[in-house]
Amino acid sequence: MTRFILRRLLIAIPTVILISVFVFLLQKLLPGDPVLALAGEERDPETLAFLREKYRLNDPLPMQYLYWAQAALQGDLGISLRTRQPVLELIGEKLPVTLQLAVMSLTVAVAIGAPMGVLAAVKKGTFWDWIANAVALSGLSIPNFWLGIMLILLVSVNLGWLPASGYRPLSEDFWQSIRTMLMPAFVLGTGLAAALMRHTRSAMLGVLRMDYVRTARAKGLSERRVILRHALRNALGPVVTVSALLFGELLAGAVLTEQIFTIPGFGKAIVDAVFNRDYAVVQGVVLVTALAFIAMNLLADVAQALLNPRLRDAP
Amino acid sequence: MPRTITAIALLFAACAAGTVAAAQELRIGLQDDADILDPDQSRTFVGRIVYAGLCDKLVDIDPDLTIVPMLATGWEFSDGGTTLTMQLRDGVTFHDGTPFDAAAVVANIDRSKNLPESRRKSELASIESAEATGPLEVTMKLGAPDATLLSQFADRAGMMLSPTATEAMGLDFGLAPVCSGPFKFVERVQQDRIVLEKFPEYWNADAIHLERVVYLPIPDTTVRFANLRAGDLDMLERLAATDLAAAKADPDLTVESAVSLGYQGVTMNVGNGPRADNPLGRSALVRQALSLSIDRGALNQVVFEGAFAPGNQPFPPGSAWYDERFPVPTRDVAQAKALLAEAGHPDGVDIELQTTNNPVQLQVAQVLQAMAAETGIRLNIVSKEFATQLKDQTAGDFEASSIGWSGRTDPDGNIHQFQTCGGGINDSRICIPEVDELLNAARVGEDFAARKAAYDDARDILVKEGSIMYLYHPTWIWALDDAVTGFVPYPDGMIRLEGVRKAG
Repeated sequence: MTRFILRRLLIAIPTVILISVFVFLLQKLLPGDPVLALAGEERDPETLAFLREKYRLNDPLPMQYLYWAQAALQGDLGISLRTRQPVLELIGEKLPVTLQLAVMSLTVAVAIGAPMGVLAAVKKGTFWDWIANAVALSGLSIPNFWLGIMLILLVSVNLGWLPASGYRPLSEDFWQSIRTMLMPAFVLGTGLAAALMRHTRSAMLGVLRMDYVRTARAKGLSERRVILRHALRNALGPVVTVSALLFGELLAGAVLTEQIFTIPGFGKAIVDAVFNRDYAVVQGVVLVTALAFIAMNLLADVAQALLNPRLRDAP
Repeated sequence: MPRTITAIALLFAACAAGTVAAAQELRIGLQDDADILDPDQSRTFVGRIVYAGLCDKLVDIDPDLTIVPMLATGWEFSDGGTTLTMQLRDGVTFHDGTPFDAAAVVANIDRSKNLPESRRKSELASIESAEATGPLEVTMKLGAPDATLLSQFADRAGMMLSPTATEAMGLDFGLAPVCSGPFKFVERVQQDRIVLEKFPEYWNADAIHLERVVYLPIPDTTVRFANLRAGDLDMLERLAATDLAAAKADPDLTVESAVSLGYQGVTMNVGNGPRADNPLGRSALVRQALSLSIDRGALNQVVFEGAFAPGNQPFPPGSAWYDERFPVPTRDVAQAKALLAEAGHPDGVDIELQTTNNPVQLQVAQVLQAMAAETGIRLNIVSKEFATQLKDQTAGDFEASSIGWSGRTDPDGNIHQFQTCGGGINDSRICIPEVDELLNAARVGEDFAARKAAYDDARDILVKEGSIMYLYHPTWIWALDDAVTGFVPYPDGMIRLEGVRKAG
């Protein structure tokens, strides 16, 4: 098991390097000038030239990358051009917020998606299957920003049950934190539940056709026991993988949902950074997101291996 | 099942119980997140709104744009306008306890002028030296008379930062700014909130009735408005014109507005690189034809529900600087066609118009396109993300560019740098020596009539030859909860907190 994890970690290193090079180059391909974006309406040529020199924007691209990589290896991700806040500190502020939103959204997604998938598989071809599919389809096709604005208008403006904004960190104000996250987690969660439901359903359908399920039924076990104990456990593998991948995706920030509910996570940070050509912030946030994604993949593989011992020795 | 429902209902009830916002805390919704909170380095409009609570300036403006005392209680120009002497307010301290005096003012001017990262250099370019000539008296020597200087002191260049803090923090001053305004800095979370709290030793503390102010960036206008209606905000800036009717109809809200100092216009490339070689760039007649083909009133109705002010000059109609001889032109398709034919384009012309890729500006461009098409000017709209548009415009990679200017208190700031030969933001690269002479003369005089006459003479030329087609002046629209009183709208769009109260 340890060798399995070590090998996966080694593979991750070139991946991270490739991603950082790729993001660096993509940013440089963007039209627009960071110094001009930084100067705004004041455009004194001397100041612009000074800033360009100071942030080494005149140096050749490979050198610019190396400056960044060298500092990054020493744990220095640079400062935001827009606010002078250290990027590492910025990430430290945003990561817990994004993590909280990801955990809550995934909880909603699993709580809705998994039971619906099981139900749809067990009652395949019936009214229940049809309903589950219809719900999944609408979850996939309703745009997050629309659902978000409608929820704010209904729940916050008309009913006054939940605040439309005003997020506080969990450590500062637990209730406020949870209350402000309920709607965004619901919006994101229902979107993801659809994917999860489809995966659970097909995995369950595959398992329900297996011989051992027929054997379990033949032994006279109750249907409930056959499904929950025997079938579901084996169908969980792919569901865990999908959940981990969805979680990784959530860590990249849910731009629109964060904008609508004013949640100060990665999504809003990266959008502002891209528009302001705040290279260091984009680079830093993407790096952390990539690391998180790789970590989630690894966790998924480990979880798979735990659920299915046969995988542990696989190359 | 009923038990679950009860549980959910209880959960919601528990959640709802906590929503009563603290009284005396004013929550303001901003359209963007501010950049660095250092007046010498910052550039965003919303940053200036935060400074209105945080940093006092040497002077301020009143709603009619007259310069009024703030940290300077009196001032006098002498030596033919090349010396400015300012008397300073006694008993003022910065938030860190540092006393405000003449030495502090000198240190501030030095930082604005000489910090390499300063974005204020051009605003204070006329100052050659500043000296403390008394504990509360500063004397500045100017290279040339400068009529715009006081209005620069009424904005970021006149904001006084604690010298102790600028010394200690250097370029990172903006991470924990220390000024002398009515509120002091508490905390900031990027893209989330900026929190200020009352500064008890403020010199004008009697006018401050709030304990805390929280600025919350909420870029989406619909969401910002929904937050106000849900009670999560006490007031917001820049309500969308399309939400104006709904806000006015809501009995729990009040709406305030003021025509801004800025404008939106189309900048035309007349001399900035090879792309100036297009019909608009070559011929002033085509530029006049384009202007005549636009119904500015209709544009205002269609896109802004009539809430903005149609315009045709760098200053809004109604401003003391507006040239009444040239009112907002009425649309004249026949005349526009005649001008096109006279310019040698009887079959019309094709022009590329670049615009910012947000829904409102796209709509403006489409209205222009439809109107211009009727006179034979075929506008091909290219929408670009703002940073790209700005870069292309500066580099001369454009024919016509729809872009705005936030506006300055002194008229000079709305025209000089755009229409003089070496102007810093003269992206169209227009260069008319007589205009330069007039605009240069207008910035040195102190006499209103003489300055106005110079601007009017420049208008005589620019109305024919000019490279900016002015379209409208945005109106600042604030929406406030009924509990908030005492807010005074200013044409600079700032939110001054003196006198503002919030009913518990």
